[in-house]
Amino acid sequence: MNDKPSPLTAARSTRRSFLTGVGAAAIVSSSSLMRGAWAQAARLKVGVLLPKSGVQAFFGQSCQFGADVAPAVIKSMLGVDIELMNADTESNVDTARSRAERLISEGAHVLTGPFDSGAAQAIAQVAEQRGVPFMINIAAAPQITEQGYRFTFRNFPTSVDLVRNGLALIRDVFQATRTAPRTAVFMHVNDTFGEANRKAIQAILPKLDYLPFKIVETIAYDPAAKDLTVEVARAKASKADFLLLVCRLNDSIILRREMVKQRWNPMGIIGPGNPGMYEKQYYTALGKLSEYSISNVPWYNPKADLTKAVDAQMKKQFPKERLMFHALNVGFTFEAVMVVADAYRRAKSANPKALAEAIRRTNLDKRMMLGGPIRFNAKGQVEGINSAAIQNLNMRPTVVLPANAAEAKPIFPMPGYGRA
Amino acid sequence: MNVGFDLVANVVVAGMLTGLVYGLMALGLSVIFGVVRVVNFAHGEMMTIAMFAATALFSAWGVDPFLAVFPIAIAFFIVGYALQATLINPFITRPEHTQFMLLVAVAIILVNVLLMLFGPNARNVQVDYQLESIEIGPVLIDVARLYAAGTALACAAALFAFFRFSLTGKAIRACADNHLGARVVGLNVKRLYAFTFGLGAACVAVAGCMMVLLVDVTPVLGPYYTLLAFVIVIVGGLGSMTGALLGGVLIGMSEAVAGLFVTPSAKSMVSFALLIVVLLFRPQGLLGRSTR
Repeated sequence: MNDKPSPLTAARSTRRSFLTGVGAAAIVSSSSLMRGAWAQAARLKVGVLLPKSGVQAFFGQSCQFGADVAPAVIKSMLGVDIELMNADTESNVDTARSRAERLISEGAHVLTGPFDSGAAQAIAQVAEQRGVPFMINIAAAPQITEQGYRFTFRNFPTSVDLVRNGLALIRDVFQATRTAPRTAVFMHVNDTFGEANRKAIQAILPKLDYLPFKIVETIAYDPAAKDLTVEVARAKASKADFLLLVCRLNDSIILRREMVKQRWNPMGIIGPGNPGMYEKQYYTALGKLSEYSISNVPWYNPKADLTKAVDAQMKKQFPKERLMFHALNVGFTFEAVMVVADAYRRAKSANPKALAEAIRRTNLDKRMMLGGPIRFNAKGQVEGINSAAIQNLNMRPTVVLPANAAEAKPIFPMPGYGRA
Repeated sequence: MNVGFDLVANVVVAGMLTGLVYGLMALGLSVIFGVVRVVNFAHGEMMTIAMFAATALFSAWGVDPFLAVFPIAIAFFIVGYALQATLINPFITRPEHTQFMLLVAVAIILVNVLLMLFGPNARNVQVDYQLESIEIGPVLIDVARLYAAGTALACAAALFAFFRFSLTGKAIRACADNHLGARVVGLNVKRLYAFTFGLGAACVAVAGCMMVLLVDVTPVLGPYYTLLAFVIVIVGGLGSMTGALLGGVLIGMSEAVAGLFVTPSAKSMVSFALLIVVLLFRPQGLLGRSTR
């Protein structure tokens, strides 16, 4: 038997094979095209820019938890697949700019981050030039959303709102504790965030007749300072009743220690809307010295379903971490990813313009953080985000105001320390 | 702001005490340059390693930095000796820019190794006396700072005595004064160079153990301390041991006083202004010898 096909048969067979092959290839290629299109519609590439090293490393790493838990929670909530593309801004504005460029070049559909106002300004410029939506998680400098940008959005209060809310809560603390300090020394970091807060405080405070105190001394310092001896000596010499402090994390730890060394024991330390004193590292580094500091900041609603879902996912992914010590960072970072995922679901496209338009039309009632629904105004800014007074009690951040969300009563003035 | 005597006295004393630790750090740099004629661009990074070593010993076994000084200084001496003997000695006769590149490369590697080992977060030690202060008249002195400054002074005094009274110290000075003459009389110059580098490294180890009582350490501190050490030795006089100590105290005090009278956020500006003034009017530094 000759198994070898005749040239004709072979030719026919080849032709048939060829036609079959072409048909199959057409089906495969069309299905792969469809798969590609589906993949584009079903997977959102989110470039996450955070300061995971450098002076703001702790904040960046804390925010990263919020981004890391987002894909699982959002998949079950919205059915959207998310691919995170993480980048470290190294606490440096120029690095933030170059990392944003790189993420876009590598295919990020949308950017989020970066915890810092200076970095946010730089990334916003890149996002605008490249036409890629940028959803800010945390950055308070008002000018970021005052530039007429079309691709930049922020679900975080401006420093003016932060300070306004924070000062109102200071009044509430005084009323709740029946105290009336007459003077304050105002210490602040001199970065973009700190300067924005200083300007806001200097603009708003004189107009508020319900606050009993005046600022007797303003002291600016470097957030990367390694020694705050002189700054604290000056603050102590002002003999102010309490310390109004706009700080970051490491500096707040150094400052608190220095206060004890210099035996300066004012009525209290109150942050009108800044990070630092409710972060895990603050408790770890200072122990009992961390107690009684007050931070008036946006906070999560512990009763919200979304908070419970995020908390559960965080326990699953990061069993050693607790949401309460990363509350603001995780909350706003998670919400930033949620907003872009929701926009993507509605836009059904990763097209930057369609995504930006969908983000602009966001209307999310169910959220994790305290405040009204997530809706952007014409400038790309969410309004109506509330703050709570968080006091460090029993080595954990505790809501003490507003009264309807309070877990404990505020303590002010703070009790004296052993050597103070 | 009312600047009273108490406030000025407190700030000046704190600046002076910190300056003494700065001075010890710069002393290591000055000793190495004065003898080996190599500028150690990894000096700050070496100090950061000593700081991390002190925090590691403290967190692992609760070793107080004052006790940690001994093993860390010995380890640094050995590593410094080996570094000079194996890596730097071959570069002694090469152009200065190659020495510069070599030590900058070492510095970059050290920073990144620290980042890999310890991560970017700040670390510190929490000794019992860290938050204590003593009151002398109107002046409140931070106990940890006082102890650190005292140790820095003691270490500097020991180093001065070594160079003045020991045979090895005298031989090293001979190498520094006349390299050719030292070789002619039979001194093993390369071994003495390695010994000197070891001594400089041990100095910086002691300074690091003391500094960790005053500031939190992160890997990226290294370049800052390298720059600070350069400013101090240039102000005090390159190669002058007394000048390094004096420069440290001057920089520490000027930063403190500037923070008080100008603005705290512009403290380091004053040390650089001081550097420019010294370079303009006394280029060899306050206690340095003129090369002309």
